[in-house]
Amino acid sequence: MKISVDQSKCCGSGMCVLTDPDLFDQNEEDGTVVLLQEHPDAEHEATAKEAASLCPAGAITVS
Amino acid sequence: MTELISEELPTTRQNPFDPPAEVTAIRDQARISRLKFADGHLGWLVTGHHQVREILGSPKFSNNPEKHHMLDRRFQGEVPEDKRKSEPGMFLSQDPPDHTRLRKMLQGQFTVRRMNQLSEWIGTIVDDQLAHMRTFDGKADLVKEFALPVPSLVICALLGVDYDERHRFQEDTAKMLSLDSTFKEAMDAIARIQDFMRELIARKKANPGGDDMISDLLATGEPTDEEASNMALLLLLAGHETTANMLGIGTFTLLQHPDQLKILKDEPEVIDNAVEELMRYLSIIHFGPVRTAVEDVEIDGHLIKAGDTVLMHVPAANRDPEKFTGNPDELDLRRPASGHVAFGHGIHQCLGQQLARIEMRIGFSKLFQEFPDLRLDVEPEEVPLRTDMGIYGVHSLPVAW
Repeated sequence: MKISVDQSKCCGSGMCVLTDPDLFDQNEEDGTVVLLQEHPDAEHEATAKEAASLCPAGAITVS
Repeated sequence: MTELISEELPTTRQNPFDPPAEVTAIRDQARISRLKFADGHLGWLVTGHHQVREILGSPKFSNNPEKHHMLDRRFQGEVPEDKRKSEPGMFLSQDPPDHTRLRKMLQGQFTVRRMNQLSEWIGTIVDDQLAHMRTFDGKADLVKEFALPVPSLVICALLGVDYDERHRFQEDTAKMLSLDSTFKEAMDAIARIQDFMRELIARKKANPGGDDMISDLLATGEPTDEEASNMALLLLLAGHETTANMLGIGTFTLLQHPDQLKILKDEPEVIDNAVEELMRYLSIIHFGPVRTAVEDVEIDGHLIKAGDTVLMHVPAANRDPEKFTGNPDELDLRRPASGHVAFGHGIHQCLGQQLARIEMRIGFSKLFQEFPDLRLDVEPEEVPLRTDMGIYGVHSLPVAW
């Protein structure tokens, strides 16, 4: 599993951090997404997918 | 297939917690149907969950009010062109790139981490307000003594607005949001709040270095004074009306669902999900948001043409059985409720949502810990509902303990 984020799309809603703070953080300056783990363990698969689906700006993809 | 065309959008609810039955009936026939706007424009009504998400997430739809056809028949022909234009700083009603530039200036202030750091402080505000409620003799209006003061105190402190000056914006906010106000009354009210915000910005510029969001915003040197004052206005209004109404009608809902309230009391850890479920269940707007297509776009087999205005119905979408399985019309604090669109979706999704979540989690938890025997002090049908206001909820909630 690979997570990618697109900071230029991100609107800083924080939904990803709320869903899995092990995988995502927010930049202190402008609140945009910071990816903490690009290739997380399988145990994070469900939350990674949920974060991608909840992201209001479509800034997260899981492949 | 004959198309379903609605001429009016009902706001009267058969049950205080449910969307109007006429609208959910439309949703169950057609998640995208036609709606006549005040000027005769044949636009669209979207009641399905995934369709609402698709439109709100699409760059092919604009949120510029100059593009929208108006739904409200009262204001038709009364609104001068220059008043329809979004004012500088009002990023909620702007498209990228303006929206992106302005929202970015504030996003860092509302991160999950920053909001979590406020938990203890918000807990103290809630405790103080509950102690205040305790000074009444076994009964009080929960809206006046708890639901409205808590978010007002929080947002005033965060923005650096003196809470004692709330008379300068609270009544005018109500006038602005009242569906009974004339266009002129609403415009006069917003002009008075804008005067107050301009004074506030001038004061903060004269005394820089304050420990609050507006001072931080001004310190960046990025927004113009006019932008800063409208951005501050947006935060102030959004920060106290919405959460206040969720706390008010949310408490009413829990009191009317004793089995669910018992779950919250017995399993306090359910609170995070309970807040999401209450948001899904109640939505607290009558309808909206509105967008206008900037190019032709096909959604679910319907061709929405450039220039067509689309009204999304969040309360109906949040009860869509295609998304929320089981019985979506039932309040179930243990239901997976994430993915609701009560905070919206897309780039305009609520900027203050992480703050609102924390206020609600702490607010509901402490309220029922401190007042486990809280009960309604009137018959449920006597609770005055905000059917006359843009943001739904209860005008007052007489409670006893």
